Amino acid sequence: MNNLLQSVVEQQLRSDIPDFRPGDTVRVHVKVREGQRERIQVFEGIVIRRRGGGISETYTVRKISYGVGVERTFPVHSPKIDKIEVMRKGKVRRAKLYYLRGLSGKAARIKEIR
Amino acid sequence: MKGILGRKVGMTQVFNEDGTVVPVTVIEAGPCVVLQKKELSTDGYEAIQIGFGDKKPSRTTKAEQGHAGKAQTAAKRYVREFRGVELPIYEVGQQLKADVFLEGDLVDVIGVSKGKGYAGPIKRHHQHTGPMAHGSKYHRGTGSLGSIDGNRVFKGQTMAGRLGGQRATVQNLQIVRVDADRNLLLVKGAVPGPRNSFVTVRSAIKGQQGR
Repeated sequence: MNNLLQSVVEQQLRSDIPDFRPGDTVRVHVKVREGQRERIQVFEGIVIRRRGGGISETYTVRKISYGVGVERTFPVHSPKIDKIEVMRKGKVRRAKLYYLRGLSGKAARIKEIR
Repeated sequence: MKGILGRKVGMTQVFNEDGTVVPVTVIEAGPCVVLQKKELSTDGYEAIQIGFGDKKPSRTTKAEQGHAGKAQTAAKRYVREFRGVELPIYEVGQQLKADVFLEGDLVDVIGVSKGKGYAGPIKRHHQHTGPMAHGSKYHRGTGSLGSIDGNRVFKGQTMAGRLGGQRATVQNLQIVRVDADRNLLLVKGAVPGPRNSFVTVRSAIKGQQGR
């Protein structure tokens, strides 16, 4: 990439992002704006995908909420993310865990790396 | 009317304060030099002529050197005029930087679009394709060229041919960020031309200012 372009991108990259991979269970603290107030909402689930690079890198977190699968995609370097906590390191053999969408309950478990 | 010349650096994205992603084109705008002021009395119209990017001395003519010499600079690679400017605020030899524009300004960006070579009517004129299968013999061709009654093809018939490599203007792009230190303009959306090509940035002719 061009140096000037690189410098524009680098200004915006966040350095406080922990190391995490697909299969990991993460807790994403999202800043939610309600009128004037700002509060933090936690979205906890399994990372099923991480794509892109640089400023446009995103990841998708999947959780089961009241029996319904919910997926949210966040930009890694978004200023709306307060913090990411890695709860569990998962052992998986794929980069994209789309197969989890077809599984539920016990079958959708992921082994933990110890 | 304000204007500046620059070089397209490339595209990336930035985050707004509310976290939304804005696609931007980075333009290295300036430093530009005012080479000449065209005045009503001498030239018949009012404009400023500005230049961007130094030319190799071996590739300049004496005429170019003399013209740039009046502004105490080297000959420029990219020279354009802007009409409708406030003439008194400019001096010959004055440097223009990216901060002539402010965040939120609407601009038009002019460049030379990417050359696509010999392109068919679908890409060149946004015609529809025919069915590719089910016995269809009409795939990506031009189709009918009109009535047989004319005994000729009328002018302006859309056909295949050279596409791109022409001057193109994109209107009403918003300036998302201005980096005065490095002379960078971040403009929302795409801009004509390949990376490293020269572009002209001017105040929007149509749009509402400061929207």
